[in-house]
Amino acid sequence: MVALAPFFVYVGLALLLPIGAIVVLALQTRSGHFTWHNMSLLTSGVYRAGFVNSLEVSLEASIIPGVIGLVVAYALASVRHPVVQRVVASASAVLANFGGVNLAFIFIAAYGTTGLTTQWLSDLGFNPWNHGFSLFNFAGIVFIYCYFQIPLMVLVVTPALAGLKSQWREAAEGLGAGAFTYWRRVGLPVLAPAILGAVLLLFGSAFSAYATAEALTSGSVALAPILIGNFLNGNVVAGQEHVGYAISVGMMIILLVTTVFYVLAQRRSQKWLRS
Amino acid sequence: MVTVLDTGGVAVSASQRRWRARISRGLILWIFGFYVLAPLYAGARFALQNDNGNFSFHSVAVIPAQAGFSDAFWYSTRLALVTVIGVLVLVVPTIIYAHLRAPGVRPALEVISLLPIVFPPIVLILGFMHTAPTWLLIWPYHLAILYVVISLPFVYRSLDAGLLALDLSTLVEAGRSLGARVTTIVWRVILPNLTSALVSSVALVVALVYSEYTMASFQVTPTLPVWIAQFSMSDGHITTAAAMLSLVGAWVLLAVVLVADLGRLQWRQRRARA
Repeated sequence: MVALAPFFVYVGLALLLPIGAIVVLALQTRSGHFTWHNMSLLTSGVYRAGFVNSLEVSLEASIIPGVIGLVVAYALASVRHPVVQRVVASASAVLANFGGVNLAFIFIAAYGTTGLTTQWLSDLGFNPWNHGFSLFNFAGIVFIYCYFQIPLMVLVVTPALAGLKSQWREAAEGLGAGAFTYWRRVGLPVLAPAILGAVLLLFGSAFSAYATAEALTSGSVALAPILIGNFLNGNVVAGQEHVGYAISVGMMIILLVTTVFYVLAQRRSQKWLRS
Repeated sequence: MVTVLDTGGVAVSASQRRWRARISRGLILWIFGFYVLAPLYAGARFALQNDNGNFSFHSVAVIPAQAGFSDAFWYSTRLALVTVIGVLVLVVPTIIYAHLRAPGVRPALEVISLLPIVFPPIVLILGFMHTAPTWLLIWPYHLAILYVVISLPFVYRSLDAGLLALDLSTLVEAGRSLGARVTTIVWRVILPNLTSALVSSVALVVALVYSEYTMASFQVTPTLPVWIAQFSMSDGHITTAAAMLSLVGAWVLLAVVLVADLGRLQWRQRRARA
C-alpha cells in the first residue's frame, strides 16, 4: 500500500486540491464569508447566456457528428479490408485529438471568406458566406467542432458495431425480417446504450472545449469555458470577483452528470456486446 | 411504412440489394474522405503559396527563423520530456503495482482516470493557479504537473488493457519458480511485454504536450501552440505552415503508435500459433 501512496498524494495535490479550492471559493465572498451570491449570478445575464450557449453548441456538436459518425462507422465496418480499417482507425485517432489553434487556422485557410474550399463551393455556384454561413459565430463553432467530433464518434462506436454478431442478422432474416426490421428490432436496441454513451462522450468533449473557440473568435463569444478564460485573464467586474469559480462549479456539475450517465451507458452496452 | 419497405425487400433481388448497399457505402466513405481531406489540402496549399500565389516552400523554411519560434519549440520539447518522465516514474509503476499486489485498488484507479474528463482543463488551470505555492509556479515546468494528470485517462486505459492481456499470475509464478525476485520479474518479464502499451502511451503524451493550448495560454512562457496563436497576427501563411507542421508531427507520432500496435498484434498471433 505504501508503494501506492505517492500516486494518490500526487492526484490529491494536483487534481483534487485545486478542484476543492474552486468549490470553496465559489461559495465565498471576497472576505471569506459563505454566500450563494456567486452561484446565483449564473442564473442571469451573460453567465446564464454562456451556459445556454454552451449547452446548445454542445448538444448540436454531439448529436450531428454522432449521427454522421455512426453512419461512417457502419459503412467502414462493412469494408472487409484490414488496411483500410487500420488507416481510417488511426486517422480518426489523430483527427479526434486535432482541435485547438491549429485546427482553427487550417479551417480559416479552407472555409474562411477567401478560403480554398469556399472558392470551390462558390465556383459550383454556392458561396456559403453569401447564405448566412460564418466561421466566427455559434454555427461556425459547431461546424468546426464536427471536424474532430465525427472522427471521435467513429473511434468510440466502431468496437460496438464490431460486437454485433452476424448470427443475429441471420436469425432475423430466417424469421423473415428485412433490413429495416432487423435494425429497428435487433440492431439499434442492442447498440442503443453504446451509441448513447458515445454521444455523451462527444457532449462532454464539446462542452469542455476551449482552445478552438478561443482561437477562432478571440474570446468574443459567450461560452462557459470562454467566460472562465476571460475571468482568468483578469476581466472581472466589481462585486463579481468570484464568479469564475462559480462558472467552473456549474460546468463540473454538468460534466459530472454527463460522465455518470456515460459510465452507466457503457456498462449496459457491454451486457450484449461483450463475449 | 414498414410493410412497404419489407415487401420492397422481397421485390428487389438479393444481389441487387447488396450491390446498392455497396454503392451507398462507398459513396459515404468517399464523401467522408473528401470532408476530412479538403481542409488539410487547403491548409497545405495556403502554407505553400507566396503572396503572388506561386508555389514555394518559403513559409515553411522561414519558420525556424521567426522571433520566438525556437524558444517556444524547445520549451514544449522540454515540457514533453518532463511530462513523460513524470508518467513513467509515477503513473506506470502505480498501475503495475496495483495489478500485481493490490487488485482491490483498481476500481479506485479507474475512477481517478475518469476525473480529468469531469474537470475540464480550463477549470483545472484556474484551481491550480490559485492553490499552487509560488515556488512551484515559478518552476518553468509546472505545466508538466497538470499534463501528467490530464494524460491519465489514456495512459491508464492503455496500460490497464496491456496488463490484462498478459497472463500476469502465470508469469509471476513462472518467474518465482525460476528463483526471480519480484523486481526482476517486473524488469525482465512484465515491462518487455508491455512495450507496445508504453510506446503508445508515451507517443500520445508527447502529442498532447505539443498541442495543448488551453492551460498553456495562461502561462508567461509561450509553448508551441501558444506561439502559433500569437504569431497568427503577423503572417497567415507562416502560421498555417506551422499549424500544418504540428499536424504532420502528430501523424508521425501516431504512426509510432500504429507500429507498436501492429507489433502487439503480431506478437499475439505468434503466441496463438505456438
